[in-house]
Amino acid sequence: MNLLEIKDLRVEIDGKEILKGLDLTVKPGEVHAIMGPNGSGKSTLAYVLAGKEDYRPTAGEVRFNGRDLFEMEPDERAATGLFLAFQYPLEIPGVATMTFLRTALNAQRKKRGQEELSTPDFIKKVRNTAGKLGIDQEMLRRAVNVGFSGGEKKRNEILQMALLEPRLAVLDETDSGLDIDALKIVADGVNRLRAPDRSFVVITHYQRLLNYIVPDVVHVLSRGRIVRTGGKELAMELEARGYAQYQEEVPA
Amino acid sequence: MNAEVAVVKTAAETALAQAFAQARDRLPGDDAIAARRDAAFDVFAKQGLPHRRIEEWKYTDLRALMREAKPLASPPDAAAKARAKNAGRMLGDLDARRLVFVDGAFVAELSDLRDLEAGLAVTSLAQALAAGDPVLTARLGKLAPASDVAVALNTALMGDGAVIHIAAGATIERPLHLLSVVSDKPAATFTRSLIIIDHGARVMLIESHEGPSGSDYQVNAALELFAGDGVHVDHVKVIGEGARALHVSTLAAAIGAHARFNTFSFTAGGAVVRNQLFLKFDGEGTLAAIRGATLLRASQHADTTLIADHIARDCQSREMFKSVLDDDAHGVFQGRIIVRRHAQKTDAKMMTQALLLSERAEADNKPELEIFADDVQCGHGATAGALDEDLKFYLMTRGIPAAEAEAMLVQAFLGEAIDGIEHAGLREALIENVAAWLGARG
Repeated sequence: MNLLEIKDLRVEIDGKEILKGLDLTVKPGEVHAIMGPNGSGKSTLAYVLAGKEDYRPTAGEVRFNGRDLFEMEPDERAATGLFLAFQYPLEIPGVATMTFLRTALNAQRKKRGQEELSTPDFIKKVRNTAGKLGIDQEMLRRAVNVGFSGGEKKRNEILQMALLEPRLAVLDETDSGLDIDALKIVADGVNRLRAPDRSFVVITHYQRLLNYIVPDVVHVLSRGRIVRTGGKELAMELEARGYAQYQEEVPA
Repeated sequence: MNAEVAVVKTAAETALAQAFAQARDRLPGDDAIAARRDAAFDVFAKQGLPHRRIEEWKYTDLRALMREAKPLASPPDAAAKARAKNAGRMLGDLDARRLVFVDGAFVAELSDLRDLEAGLAVTSLAQALAAGDPVLTARLGKLAPASDVAVALNTALMGDGAVIHIAAGATIERPLHLLSVVSDKPAATFTRSLIIIDHGARVMLIESHEGPSGSDYQVNAALELFAGDGVHVDHVKVIGEGARALHVSTLAAAIGAHARFNTFSFTAGGAVVRNQLFLKFDGEGTLAAIRGATLLRASQHADTTLIADHIARDCQSREMFKSVLDDDAHGVFQGRIIVRRHAQKTDAKMMTQALLLSERAEADNKPELEIFADDVQCGHGATAGALDEDLKFYLMTRGIPAAEAEAMLVQAFLGEAIDGIEHAGLREALIENVAAWLGARG
């Protein structure tokens, strides 16, 4: 069964059509990269999958894990196994990182009919995972993302992903603003999670990240549609030639 | 020709006049006190209940909000006292020395007056008035503004309260908890307390107010607090009245030099609430934290009116008031910082923030600075807005349901104010109250 199946998805924001009939199928265990120029609809795709308000589909359908994605609230989508790593992770003053992580994890477990994690087990799990991502304990004591550098915020997204163990992780330009060391840590975090039943959609502008997270399939998104699909070599080609050829159909 | 404007008295004003006339001769105190009661009542008789054209009451039109005046509460009977034993649950199992007032009257058998710490003296206002306590006579009314109608009514009709004296240098380990509970009779109570904290003493004071949700009772409570030099005073007021109650309370305090003074107001109950704080910084070098959190729903109306009067130099005050307003609730914050001519190097910052959980809720903020000194740092800020939908979305994408995500954000919003309470047990009890309030949201 396909884990994610997007058919002819059209999405409008403020009356403007951003996604114009997008098709995408992701099978369990696959890593798909979606590359495209700015304004092609990459982040819109990420947000519409996660269920952001105002990102309303006007046509098409999305099935996730066999269910109609649009019938689920964002928290249900998460509990069903969807995770979005934000391009710009939000700061939440006053909400302690540990409280946030535990609430999220236990809310998902509860919805899936699993037992809540005990506090010692939870703390152990977080410390373990954080250590591997180079997140120090001091960061975990702060409010969510408050006072974090750009790189720390991205690593915190990967930490959340690792703890929540989704079926499908959508990484929205997780590489933006990262130096090469941080990029390696993030990629390492993703690679460690790769599994036969877990899939990734890696949205990126640059090929660089794909040196570390090697995709099975590469798509080019332009003007709200997937205009080309290929193997990992397509990413190299895009890096060399740029996106210009995919933008030629500009109406005068 | 004398063109006198005929003042039409409202039903409530007429009833208050009758109540005073009937009660005057049996209210505690000697002739001097009776004269003060008369003078205070006169202030009310001339002005009537404050209404929206009185600037200080602009957003809380008491004349309109107080349709009737309830009869003065009669002394609590055995049943009322028995019910009051369960009071105080809002503060969990806080270890405090309780002074319990039922229907406005001090109830010794419910209070804890055993083994008073050295330097702590407690009596009831009724007793102190009956005994003609000279300290009380000298201090009563020195801090509470006589021209304020709520204070004037309190002075005229005060029946009981606490009179507490903390000797110089004494450290009172257990918080003192003035617990006011109203039984189910819809009556009016007028309590007046006087607390004198001599220099270098340390104490935590808690005032809490509660009552039955089905009764439209009325509470007018005033506390005059004299804090000397070098004291460390923490004061917390918890207004958890029943849903139909009308509550007017006043804290009038003067704080000496090099003191630490923290006050926190937690308002969650009552149909109409007016919480007045009149604070004077009389001595130099004092640090003050003046904070509050208000949680309102349905058609609750709560007004926090603060005057922080910097008279002496080198004091620092931080004012932070947060409100969360749901449904048709109406929150009001009026905060005025006054810096007198000699109060150089005053450092005062006031922030008020309202979080509107409903489009129908209303927040009115009126911050004012009156500065007469030329070398000061003063500022104020006010915000009002809805929950941040982006933050809520972020939480939801992690699997946190909408209601829980909103609750987390509300708790975080209030946390900035509540986390400043030094007493861990009390802080946690208030956080529990916030959680319970959020849990009761539809």
